[in-house]
Amino acid sequence: MTYTVTRAGQPLPAGLPYDVTVIGAGVVGAAIARELARYRVRTALVEASDDIGNGTSKANTAILHTGFDAVPGSLEARLVREGQRRLTAYAVETGIPVERVGALLVAWDEEQLAALPALLAKAEANGYHAARLLDAARLAELEPHLGPGALGALEIPDESVICPWTTPLAFATQALLAGVHLHLDCRVTGIESSQDIHTLTTTRGPLRTRQLINAAGLHADAIDRLLGHDAFTVTPRRGQLIVYDKLARDLVHHILLPVPTAAGKGVLVAPTVFGNVLLGPTAEDLDDKAATESTEDGLALLREKGRRILPRLIDEEITAVYAGLRAATGHEDYRIKEYPDRRYIAVGGIRSTGLTASMAIAGHVTALLDRTGLDLGAPAELPPLTMPGLGEVSDRPYLNAGLIARDPAYGTVVCHCERVTAGEIRDALDSVLPPRSAEGLARRTRAGNGRCQGFHCGAGLRALIEGTRT
Amino acid sequence: MTRRERTVDVLVVGAGPAGLGAAAALAASGTRVEVLEREQSAGGIPRHCHHGGFGSRRGGSGSGDVSGPDYALRCTAAAERAGATLRTGITVTGWAGPRTLDATGPGGLERITARAVVLATGARERPRSARLVPGTRPTGVYTTGELQQAVHLHHQHIGTRAVVVGDEPVSHAAADTLRIAGVEVAALVTGHPATALAALRRRPGAPVLSRTTVTGLTGRARLTGVTVRHHDGRTTTLRCDTVVFTGDWIPDHELARRGAVDLDPGTRGPAHDASYRTGEQGVFAVGNLLHGVESAGTAAAEGRAVAAPVLRHLAGGPWPVGQVTLAVAAPLTWIAPNLIGPDGDRPLNNRFVLRTERRLTAPMLVVRQNGRLLHRQRMLLPARPGHPFHLSADWLDRADPRGDTVRISVR
Repeated sequence: MTYTVTRAGQPLPAGLPYDVTVIGAGVVGAAIARELARYRVRTALVEASDDIGNGTSKANTAILHTGFDAVPGSLEARLVREGQRRLTAYAVETGIPVERVGALLVAWDEEQLAALPALLAKAEANGYHAARLLDAARLAELEPHLGPGALGALEIPDESVICPWTTPLAFATQALLAGVHLHLDCRVTGIESSQDIHTLTTTRGPLRTRQLINAAGLHADAIDRLLGHDAFTVTPRRGQLIVYDKLARDLVHHILLPVPTAAGKGVLVAPTVFGNVLLGPTAEDLDDKAATESTEDGLALLREKGRRILPRLIDEEITAVYAGLRAATGHEDYRIKEYPDRRYIAVGGIRSTGLTASMAIAGHVTALLDRTGLDLGAPAELPPLTMPGLGEVSDRPYLNAGLIARDPAYGTVVCHCERVTAGEIRDALDSVLPPRSAEGLARRTRAGNGRCQGFHCGAGLRALIEGTRT
Repeated sequence: MTRRERTVDVLVVGAGPAGLGAAAALAASGTRVEVLEREQSAGGIPRHCHHGGFGSRRGGSGSGDVSGPDYALRCTAAAERAGATLRTGITVTGWAGPRTLDATGPGGLERITARAVVLATGARERPRSARLVPGTRPTGVYTTGELQQAVHLHHQHIGTRAVVVGDEPVSHAAADTLRIAGVEVAALVTGHPATALAALRRRPGAPVLSRTTVTGLTGRARLTGVTVRHHDGRTTTLRCDTVVFTGDWIPDHELARRGAVDLDPGTRGPAHDASYRTGEQGVFAVGNLLHGVESAGTAAAEGRAVAAPVLRHLAGGPWPVGQVTLAVAAPLTWIAPNLIGPDGDRPLNNRFVLRTERRLTAPMLVVRQNGRLLHRQRMLLPARPGHPFHLSADWLDRADPRGDTVRISVR
């Protein structure tokens, strides 16, 4: 089986124009490409960076939302609700790590406590009926390490945590298996549109396509402007996060959410599917779409909030610090709009719920294509896919006696902190969409993501990637 | 397919100087010892410390000034010669019982029960993230451990100009490794004041920026600089494409914690007495797992010294409970050993090891229990962060083995 993945230095395929081109290989763009892969259309997925899921999709809170707190009646509310169902099923089918840990919206004062019934009503209005109110005693039973002063909570039993890296990787891999072309290192810098063809100017040469879907995330407004629109502006909202050691995992059993205020959703504490504990995010509106640095103030704020929520967490070792940018548009809904005469669909303002909603967004956008003059025909089955079990509660290879007996490489632990084996690293390097960097390998295997951050295995992992083993 | 279950007399986890020292001494006494090492070769951290100075410590393996890799080979050979079973590429993944460990290797899964377990899992340097240094996440950021492996084991390209964070022995080892790799060392940065002896200790080249803290990293794909703040509030960006975070050691205590072994709050390693007994019956701990980082020679000596108490335990000796704790007051950060055994056992070389978080000029160490003065000791030399200093154990027989915590402070 051959797949078409091109990178910097390689030519873009010449010849016939693509039927559809999706700009942006984040979780939304990859989901759309996967959806299109079900039809007999020639599809390209173009991405400015050197890997899929390399922007907002790689750095977020990794929560699979129920959508209980969405704006009732909004497009986002519908797509989050539908996306949660679709992604949950897809995760079971493909092995994307998901843990249904549930969420608790914790009230820390009387005002917040008084706000909970309205949030319960909002959840009901969003078609979510499993939420319920908990008193302080029940809350303390569920989360014994919570800081003093918690008065009660709203429980959302279906909120889950998911692997943010395996999800877009699964979408992109399945799309590639079904014939979609992926062009990496391919930034779109200009668009010329004629009667029935768009010609994209890219950093790797021209690319022709009949239909265009803009899923460029933080840069969706810039792509939109290349087509002469001025419909929305994406303001990057930075979220800094701290990842605590796996030894802290027993301190928390649910996603601990603050009661939302006008200032945003606030700082949460959540387990991760890799067995760590996440604290964050901050919410800072910026101008710079590359400002993914953490700051002294941001980290101090997180530690101050974290100390209140889960005091013992702050004494635990920190594994990682990162910052992600969500695509805010100053408009409380997704900005998905089709332009039939332009054979173009803009998919903008996909905020923090984008991971959850991704599959539903893909379905919605694909349905809109009909209105832009593309007859997709009947869908076909996609080739089945099984992703590596990266979740801490998955059947990790280092614990799988049968697997090791068949292939001893799965018994050779290379990354000690994350217990990643030589077999898994080999599989990632041989995969449909292999990593080209230590960071890319980490997102596919967890290798190098642990508490030592490379003290023990960093040099060895780099040797494996670069093939410079000595 | 299931786990292969076995029993041994003594199971040692970790084949660095401490674990190998323990294995050599125990095997020499005729005990059945098995050592499990998760790396592909035994020897521990010295494997990639290409500087000299190993093996010259009191009671070290062999005599004279040898390099780290040679020292690692000597430690390994000594354990093998004594008859210990060394198994590399085997990772201990958890506990299945009080002295029963689960392990994974290319040969499959095992469950090994021992009459005594010796934890010798060592230590690592806190990476940039754990130190909460803000900024971007570019490539070119190392700990000394990763740097040394990259240069000495894998011969990888490092960069052109580096900043070293720290001014401890390990920081200078990192600077030497950088120079070997052809990297210019722009500066060593330390939050501590300059030392009077600094000019004598250092070779020419890199300046030491004292009383200076790293406030951030810059650069998108590749590091472009390190921002620093001096004690007087001035800020500067040091241009570099490589930064090495050195020292700030944390014991690799995961297995100890997962086994519910009590940790000492200062060292973050297992709380232990002078016989290296932890709070868990039959579980001993040695080497840098106990105390961030001491020299390889000290770790090896601790390993050899655990043999006698392990043999006493195998012969049915009692396991102490409710031992008296040793606690230090700031600016002291830790003391090891940090429990007082009931049987008057003496620490290695009859002295405790301590660390301080700031420089102390000729400090007076004061030992008290229940308000009662047990000991006072004036130190002749300054105590410096990142360097060990010692407290005599001569007062041990004056301590009440059923009394309160023994408190050590400085005046």
